[in-house]
Amino acid sequence: MAIALVLVLVAVGSVLFHLLSPWWWTPIASNWGYIDTTIIVTFWITGFVFVAVVLFMAYCVFRFRHKEGVKAAYEPENKKLETWLTAATALGVAAMLAPGLVVWGQFVTVPDDATEVEVVGQQWQWSFRLPGEDGRLGRSDNRKIGPDNPLGIDPADPTGQDDVVIEATDLHLPIGKPVKMLLRSIDVLHDFYVPEFRAKMDMVPGSVTYFWFTPTRTGSFDILCAELCGIGHGFMRGITVVDTQEDYVAWLQEQSTFAQLSTPEQVSSVGEVNR
Amino acid sequence: MVDVTSSGGEAIPPAEVADVELYHPQSWLTKYVFSQDAKIIAIQYSSTALAIGLVALVLSWLMRLQLGFPGTFDFITPEAYYQFVTMHGMIMVVYLLTALFLGGFGNYLIPLMVGARDMVFPYANMLSYWIYLLAVLVLVVSFFAPGGPTGAGWTLYPPQAILGGTPGGQSAGIILMLVSLILFIIGFTMGGLNYVVTVLQGRARGMTLMRMPLTVWGIFTATVMALFAFPALFVASVMMLFDRLLGTSFFMPALVEMGEQLSYGGGSPILFQHLFWFFGHPEVYIVALPAFGIVSDLISTHARKNIFGYRMMVWAIVIIGALSFVVWAHHMYVSGMNPYFGFFFATTTLIIAVPTALKVYNWVLTLWRGDIHLTLPMLFALAFIVTFVNGGLTGLFLGNVVVDVPLSDTMFVVAHFHMVMGVAPILVIFGAIYHWYPKVTGRMLNEALGQFHFWVTFLGAYLIFFPMLYVGLVGVPRRYPELGETAFIPDSVHTLNAFISVMAFIVGFAQIVFLFNLIWSIRNGRDAGGNPWRATTLEWQTPETPPPHGNWGKQVPVVYRWAYDYSVPNAKQDFLPQNDPGPRGLAEAPR
Repeated sequence: MAIALVLVLVAVGSVLFHLLSPWWWTPIASNWGYIDTTIIVTFWITGFVFVAVVLFMAYCVFRFRHKEGVKAAYEPENKKLETWLTAATALGVAAMLAPGLVVWGQFVTVPDDATEVEVVGQQWQWSFRLPGEDGRLGRSDNRKIGPDNPLGIDPADPTGQDDVVIEATDLHLPIGKPVKMLLRSIDVLHDFYVPEFRAKMDMVPGSVTYFWFTPTRTGSFDILCAELCGIGHGFMRGITVVDTQEDYVAWLQEQSTFAQLSTPEQVSSVGEVNR
Repeated sequence: MVDVTSSGGEAIPPAEVADVELYHPQSWLTKYVFSQDAKIIAIQYSSTALAIGLVALVLSWLMRLQLGFPGTFDFITPEAYYQFVTMHGMIMVVYLLTALFLGGFGNYLIPLMVGARDMVFPYANMLSYWIYLLAVLVLVVSFFAPGGPTGAGWTLYPPQAILGGTPGGQSAGIILMLVSLILFIIGFTMGGLNYVVTVLQGRARGMTLMRMPLTVWGIFTATVMALFAFPALFVASVMMLFDRLLGTSFFMPALVEMGEQLSYGGGSPILFQHLFWFFGHPEVYIVALPAFGIVSDLISTHARKNIFGYRMMVWAIVIIGALSFVVWAHHMYVSGMNPYFGFFFATTTLIIAVPTALKVYNWVLTLWRGDIHLTLPMLFALAFIVTFVNGGLTGLFLGNVVVDVPLSDTMFVVAHFHMVMGVAPILVIFGAIYHWYPKVTGRMLNEALGQFHFWVTFLGAYLIFFPMLYVGLVGVPRRYPELGETAFIPDSVHTLNAFISVMAFIVGFAQIVFLFNLIWSIRNGRDAGGNPWRATTLEWQTPETPPPHGNWGKQVPVVYRWAYDYSVPNAKQDFLPQNDPGPRGLAEAPR
């Protein structure tokens, strides 16, 4: 009974594949372990349903295959069974949706103590901007972009003068501190995606989007663009480095501010940044 | 419209109204080319859809060549890769699946299954096909235009779709794509009005709505949805065309492209996404609902058992159709739209899982205590259930907003939508072709070739897209022509990619075998007779096979019962055709 056997093999084989496969998510480096947990809950529920349906099909196909002289039953409907199945499904769906929405509630609620980091995407590289000593990012405008002002920071806004500009090179973040990533694009849609952080969001030219996370282990992590942005999309790479506090401060001291980049004569480095 | 209830065994007198005056073709040209007969139009739609679908299939092989063996084929540049991706997707979703289910199956089956002689607007029906053909030709021209076809992804998101960093963005490619879509929508509105009005007004006497086969319910509901959803794509296409050609800024904010300030400003890229997905989500159900309807009829015919829970199945189709209009932004969870929308759309998206699951239960409960004949249509129907459940369940991951965050734009999404829309409905199309080919041609398709086609396609497609879920889980993004040396991606992923590509070529080969079977059997297939599957629905009760112009000969049928009187207790045979006044069966599903 080939098809019945194959159905069993598909159900069992899929479960085995899942359990034995070396292809699993890359180890997490942020606080969003809740997302991973919700995925595991979903795997359990959907896995159970898949196996149950396919094995039931295999049984039916075997047990009720055509036999000479045997007729099918005649049962147009069964209100009680259909109601029960609907209720059970609604329950299973709620069991996945509820934790999912709770975690989403956390995702959209940025902690008060999060520092802001701006990511600026363009075809096809990543740049970054930190708020500098005053803790505030200056206004930005795509129309202000020029050869001396690649990120379009408004020179008329004094709070932008001390913004730290990191152009087309690695971003560093301190471990254990929540950070609100402000995302901006100067041309087309992009998406700042670091698989180890789990969180990501598109950046839309003309507006500023955001997500937040807390890095939980040190390391060097690939940035990949996750929204088709032209032929360079697959090559729009970067690196985010999560540092210990000491290493982070050391790195920060070597970065330049917007003011320094606009007036090339001053080459002094940024002073201590209080957080 | 007279309300006909249970017959009680007496014959109902023929209709009081005069039969519709059919348009009778005079020349070879008006009989076979510019035909107003829905059956000819159906074959025209189907052949065109399958032909352009073959092009899209070849494009998928080129994509898999690149993904499985990167760096091997120099002619597959990133530009070319994105053009393959875009055209493959757009052709498959719109020009193949939608055209085949609605224009192909809808035109052939609706008049026959409701007992009509033809569609109610035959001239508009004919025009709709030629406009569809024109849309396809415009699309094909874009392959040969300078700069080639668009490579913006089938979703055509601005601003990149009309800019120079994207193939076809600043040349003719995107323009031809948008013009082709506009033509397609015009044609499908004309066809769609036909299907809807014929179902509402053209049914034979005794064919109440609740006696219609689920095939008709699926195609009918999909068509109503199409009439509401396609206008959103229409306006989005026109607005994007204006942005591209006239310098308007519907979707274009102030932006700097490769160092140059462009003269756009104030537009919203997210507005396009809302318009596109307001169309795009119903679109996937426009593809799925006809498949749901058809597979119900395949299972019940080949298991000799009424579809379990017919009334709930009808309600489920209608509710899924309605709900599909309030879930669209689950494609936009990480788009940067107001994040609070996520709560609403995740809830509606997971709610739509309930009527869908109900349909799955009813399909398998039809098998329970059935008399299952493992014909090719039945095998494909079983394979549909497996792959649809698999693909649909992975949708629950993506629909749950926070789970979508790491998974969106990875190969997990690609695996999900291929399994649920590319594999499952295509399996139904195959099952439907094996099932209805004898009615269209009078001959059976070859069984041995069919068995080969089935096993290779079902198992091969499963082995392509199930492992692909795990490639996405690793974090591998979609729409990347190559992965290069990326630290978090282990070598085993590259091996898996190569395996998936090899499976894709094998499955592709099986489709060539199927194509051969289709053509070979026209002359050499076993003679089928009028009703080889002993089915109850009206299309199998035509006086001649293949049915001639006018379908029914002198008199249209009168309907006495629902579409599912299989294995009625105490009946002489294990099926009662819908136009059989005969012994007591059920007039329709019990109240």
